[in-house]
Amino acid sequence: MKNFSITFIVLMVVWILLNNSFRLEILIPGAIVAFVISLFACRLCNVFVDMKLTPKAFAYTFIFLGVFFIDLIKSNLDVARRVLTPSLPINPGIVEVKTTLKSKFARMLLANAITLTPGTLTVEVKDESFFIHCIDVQDDDIEGASKDIVKKFEKYLEVIYG
Amino acid sequence: MELFGAIITLLGAIFLLIASIGLVRMPDVYNRLQVGTKATTLGTILSLIGLAIVIPGWSGKLILLIIFVMMTNPVSSHVLARAAYYIKLPYTSRTVVDKLKVSDKVLNVEMEKRYGLESKTLKVK
Repeated sequence: MKNFSITFIVLMVVWILLNNSFRLEILIPGAIVAFVISLFACRLCNVFVDMKLTPKAFAYTFIFLGVFFIDLIKSNLDVARRVLTPSLPINPGIVEVKTTLKSKFARMLLANAITLTPGTLTVEVKDESFFIHCIDVQDDDIEGASKDIVKKFEKYLEVIYG
Repeated sequence: MELFGAIITLLGAIFLLIASIGLVRMPDVYNRLQVGTKATTLGTILSLIGLAIVIPGWSGKLILLIIFVMMTNPVSSHVLARAAYYIKLPYTSRTVVDKLKVSDKVLNVEMEKRYGLESKTLKVK
């Protein structure tokens, strides 16, 4: 049921954004199609099952997005600085980090957030471990690297997905 | 308002330019992926936001575009990096640490299990 309603809402939001209007003759066919699609698609997938629908989780989603965008801009500027410096100050390496997240969807979001942040790139995922290519390795043991890279996103995802 | 949007689009274009300079300057495939695929995220996002400010009627579609870029971009760069690692593309001598050490034997078993590939095809060099 949760899966169904979230799929329906996502499809409706996409439809409204595509049409850019709230007129009734656009909303009704969109609602019908979204209802049918989520009715049939939800038997096959269960990606949204782990999502919590409490107000706290909702607020944390926005905080997560904010933290993510600030980090995106900061690290973009950092990578730009590295590229333009004549001596090319890179210190690359692949480090291992551990995550405590259980849900598959949350892990996907975490890996995507890490990859979207320039300077870090998820190369491989094995069980609890993410192997991350960093453009500037600060700390090559598991705990230190986890604290640097994963913790800032993980604490929000943990509240949203449990 | 139009000027403001144009400035934001220009900022995005500068980020894209820096990304392409980085693509030339970086020493190995992983660092090129770092710069080339992801300095472009902010570049693309800023260009689209600038466009949305100039032409507000398109903003819904442009927001959708930003969401799709943000969803698909990390997946493609992850897969490229992973494939590069598993065919053993060499990395630069400045690499300080590699925690993902996969021995040839383990690697070949893994590849056969997942993709049904012959181990011989994986010997690059």
